[in-house]
Amino acid sequence: MLTIADKTFKSRLFTGTGKFSSSILMEEALLASGSELVTVALKRVDMKNNDQDDLLMRLKYPHINLFPNTSGVRNAKEAVFAAQLARETLETNWIKLEIHPDPKYLMPDPIETLKATEELAKLGFIVLPYIHADPVLCKRLEDAGTSAVMPLGSPIGSNKGLKTIDFLEIIISQSNVPVIVDAGIGSPSDAAWAMEIGADAVLVNTAIAVSGNPVQMAKAFKMAVEAGRMAYEAKLALPATHAVASSPLTCFLDE
Amino acid sequence: MNSFKDIFETYNWDETKASIYAKTSDDVERALASEIRTLEDFKALVSPAAAPYLEQMAAISQQLTLKRFGKVIQMYIPLYLSNECKNICTYCGFSYDNKVKRKTLSPMEIMQEVSVIKNMGYDHVLLVTGEDNENVHVDYFKKVLDLLCPHFAHISMEVQPLDLEDYQQLTPYGLNTVLVYQETYHKEDYKKHHPKGKKTNFDYRLETPDRLGQAGIHKMGLGVLIGLEDWRTDCFFTALHLNYLEKKYWQSKYSLSFPRLRPFSGGLEPKVEMNNRELVQLICAYRIFNQEVELSISTRESPNFRNNIIKLGITNISAGSKTNPGGYAVERESLEQFEISDERSPEQIAQMIIEQGYEPVWKDWDNSLAQSIC
Repeated sequence: MLTIADKTFKSRLFTGTGKFSSSILMEEALLASGSELVTVALKRVDMKNNDQDDLLMRLKYPHINLFPNTSGVRNAKEAVFAAQLARETLETNWIKLEIHPDPKYLMPDPIETLKATEELAKLGFIVLPYIHADPVLCKRLEDAGTSAVMPLGSPIGSNKGLKTIDFLEIIISQSNVPVIVDAGIGSPSDAAWAMEIGADAVLVNTAIAVSGNPVQMAKAFKMAVEAGRMAYEAKLALPATHAVASSPLTCFLDE
Repeated sequence: MNSFKDIFETYNWDETKASIYAKTSDDVERALASEIRTLEDFKALVSPAAAPYLEQMAAISQQLTLKRFGKVIQMYIPLYLSNECKNICTYCGFSYDNKVKRKTLSPMEIMQEVSVIKNMGYDHVLLVTGEDNENVHVDYFKKVLDLLCPHFAHISMEVQPLDLEDYQQLTPYGLNTVLVYQETYHKEDYKKHHPKGKKTNFDYRLETPDRLGQAGIHKMGLGVLIGLEDWRTDCFFTALHLNYLEKKYWQSKYSLSFPRLRPFSGGLEPKVEMNNRELVQLICAYRIFNQEVELSISTRESPNFRNNIIKLGITNISAGSKTNPGGYAVERESLEQFEISDERSPEQIAQMIIEQGYEPVWKDWDNSLAQSIC
């Protein structure tokens, strides 16, 4: 079981709600994924009449926790405001902190993210920030009171897999909070790989939503995440680079 | 001030045009095979040499758009506030020398229009006016934004170019996006098409996106009016402009439009015709060149074209549009800026989008995220 702040999760696959061809298909895919934490862009939600919002209505299941994100904000001030709005509207103090002032590549702003995390943690939020795979930033976020870190595997929406693997491994090895690989996971094998190296969870959206069959792809990700986690817990055999039949360098010791 | 003008002036129209028409199938194939496309690649993609590659371009464009934007199409609607205009534009129904009844909507009239638009389901609105700085000025816009901000999640404006200070004043009132089309980057022809009014100033218009970037606008829209000049060359300059802006104002989003000149009573015939195949080529070329830019299609285009184009790179679509102030409720019969081609209702368009396997999105922004003062 994965524990983040006050919640425990059976599923280590977190998902998103964007890019689906219909909200019905989204609902089916998210159910198939088994995901218990589903992120929703605040900007997509009808905040004035949220009880009638089509997207939210399709997420009303006891096992699904809403995970509002701040996508669209450009700095810490706007992010804090958005988080407060989310708390009021969706009645959750969980917030996926996304500050990407660069709308082209949606690159997270480390400076504003750190500032906002500090402030939101003080205000009692459970903060999960989307960040670059930057090991030092992860430690600084821990000090600031983050509940987990969400480093990217590759540019968001790119489906390019774990381009940041070396940095993810460092982050995982030294983190005191759960590590969730957030962006760029393009295939179930990427997700399994992230789990094998010890990520606590992965968040997948585009690769499911834009696939030929989102429901089937969601199931595939579910299985891959479970397999990857199981492999991590079973401890992978180290890869052998060559046969070890003799010891030409040290055999003199036995002479 | 450093602006796009400095870059633009290093280009020569005729040489640029010649370089586009000199592109070969080798250039097109290289452009299609690259992962990151340059402006030279864009020239190849809009050149006549790319015509035989249209199906391949459409497939790439579709895939790139799906990856970035998913299976969704954003819905928006124009709201014409005024047809008062002190400019003469040879191609426009609101031109100063056209004898039409002039009208600027009052706050009460605006609200009548808003109620019709809201009933259609819209949450993203585009405000449109002519250019009459005496009657339709920054204070008027402020009042309108203040009025509309509580009713719409996303407000765009397509009005006369304004000064930096004006944009800085308007953004806190919930102004998210500004569209300003250069009409044509052919400076001499621009003068012929705009013989009178503030719009005669080519450079002021050319530098408007720079002012928008400095004002920190969330999104800006570029484009040319297709039919005034050689579209391949004009669209190359649009791409050049976009490229410059993205690097300099990296916190802004961008959208592109490609309006083809439409008939209006007593109006200009297009100098250059662009057929449907060429418009598809252009849309795909823009997408293959830039995977993040929004591409918008209006009711200028025919139902059949719009049905088929939404899968090939388009991200935003309008429907049920009226191009006359008061067209939704107040004065339905007044003269339009141009005749629309697709008269289907927003509901019908939404249904068409669903049938194509996409989701029509009515809301994808919230004014409260930008902490508007309204």
